Amino acid sequence: MTRRFAVGLATCLAVAGFAAGTARAEGDKTIEGIEAYREALKDGNPAELFEAQGEDLWKKKAGPKNASLETCDLGMGPGVVAGAYAHLPRYFKDTDKVQDAESRVLTCMTTIQGIDVAKYVSARWGSPEKDELNAIATFISGMSKDVKVEVSTAHPKERQMFELGKRMFYYGGGPHDFSCSTCHGQEGVRIRLQELPYIPSPKGAASGWTSWPAYRVSAGQMWGMQWRLADCFRQQRFPEPIYGSDVTIALSMFMAGTSNGATMNTPGIKR
Amino acid sequence: MGNPMKIRAASKDGVTEVKVLMSHEMETGLRKDASGNAIPAWFIAELSAKLNDKPVMTAQWGPSISKNPFLSFKIKGGKAGDKVAVTWTDNKGDSRTDEAVVT
Amino acid sequence: MRKRIAYLSGLAAGLLVAGAVHAADGSWGPGADDAAFQAMLKSGFREAGIAKLSRLEQDATQAFCSDPKFAESKEAAGKRAEIEAANLASIKWPSDGKFLGDFKEGEKIAQSGRGLTSTDKADQVNGGNCYNCHQISKTEISYGTIGPSLTGYGKLKGNSEQAQRETWSKIWNSKSVNACSNMPRGGHMGILTEQQVKDLVALLLDPDSPVNK
Repeated sequence: MTRRFAVGLATCLAVAGFAAGTARAEGDKTIEGIEAYREALKDGNPAELFEAQGEDLWKKKAGPKNASLETCDLGMGPGVVAGAYAHLPRYFKDTDKVQDAESRVLTCMTTIQGIDVAKYVSARWGSPEKDELNAIATFISGMSKDVKVEVSTAHPKERQMFELGKRMFYYGGGPHDFSCSTCHGQEGVRIRLQELPYIPSPKGAASGWTSWPAYRVSAGQMWGMQWRLADCFRQQRFPEPIYGSDVTIALSMFMAGTSNGATMNTPGIKR
Repeated sequence: MGNPMKIRAASKDGVTEVKVLMSHEMETGLRKDASGNAIPAWFIAELSAKLNDKPVMTAQWGPSISKNPFLSFKIKGGKAGDKVAVTWTDNKGDSRTDEAVVT
Repeated sequence: MRKRIAYLSGLAAGLLVAGAVHAADGSWGPGADDAAFQAMLKSGFREAGIAKLSRLEQDATQAFCSDPKFAESKEAAGKRAEIEAANLASIKWPSDGKFLGDFKEGEKIAQSGRGLTSTDKADQVNGGNCYNCHQISKTEISYGTIGPSLTGYGKLKGNSEQAQRETWSKIWNSKSVNACSNMPRGGHMGILTEQQVKDLVALLLDPDSPVNK
């Protein structure tokens, strides 16, 4: 009798389990379909085209000083590009600032090439100036593909940047009260069907940090982290973060520092 | 003239697989700019591939193909050291050819 | 062994310092004090389209919720209640006393995530962003999960005046219910018009709405 009851209960549980399973399976199927699409995109990532353009720009003599960027110090010594992106942002003595790859390129354009970068900073996203900067960042990031993220927070200014980034991450405002953490502050949630990384965790930070710059298939555009962050703020209904400003570097520092030990997978590709 | 293509060609068991990334806007002609004016169509209309100067494929393309297209195809034959050349011509008459050596 | 003691005392000193920082500046680590943070904000943004720099200025609710470690702490319970009460007191109730609009319009508003970004125009009709975070009508499979599922909401909650008032207050001003809710304050911040809020209440509560089918 007891045994029979037990069997009945087990069957009942199995049925309930099955019903819940099918409901979940349908949702998973949609996500799986998106995953398969992402996988297919990886073969032939158009980001390669931008890497090639970025490399040309890096090596081409330009500006009033008619010099190339090849002697630019990205933190690992003048001219060393390989592995540099995986160690950025970092503190630079010459500027007495913590800089990411993109703001460091601006410094090199100024000092080595004699270019007035103001128009690069103010140029709209998608303008030829910003496309140049994105291509250069894509090239630099590609030279750190498969390299481990190793970002230092040892220098007081690096530590400060990390902490400011964390504070910025939680700063809510604007008509919608949005902060970065509104969307990226919980584990395992989505906007519509888009899964969102939980940035304060090493895994979440890495899934964001190590996959940008990325080619966006839907827009046909190459985005560096600066553009990625600017678009987050746009959707947050905030004003526009200034290219290379401390706000952007602080958030990058927070992400990069939190993802230490992860492997760079740049340039990435997004749907 | 356009920006360079990226071509990879690898031969295995007598079949050469070619993968080509092209840099092109591929504008459909159906989109409008911010001020509401139609953006003129601008797309790759014809594409051809050669293995050591021998034509192996031609294709008519249209505006339904994505920006920065990726093309992959297989050639019967071909071996390491052979040359693969890909040429596109767009509807504005612009054209570009790039080459790669089969590995 | 000696090394270990040194390490431990170092740790204790570190904790003391962290404690002092917390008392002065909230939950933030070295260098992220109010002055440095404000300077970073000030130099970091430029206005873009309708998104003016004034959007960086916080009201009391936003300021409180921007330090989640404190906002979620036991000590902050009183402050949370205060913020909820202030948000509740500011709610504008429907001018004609009717809470329920047109659920079909509500569905459209729930679908739209548009409005108020730096690339939107000032005369843009704003959306409610609802599906970005909630499951609502069963037929829409593209829904977010930041908020709870609202499918069958009216079936559970009924359509009494009390249910209507509660739904209104949640949509008009979510912070009247939960001080640091992730949900925008649709009516309070002028994202949605009174009519739009009515339509959304109808989407959730109207027995004929697809939400309750």
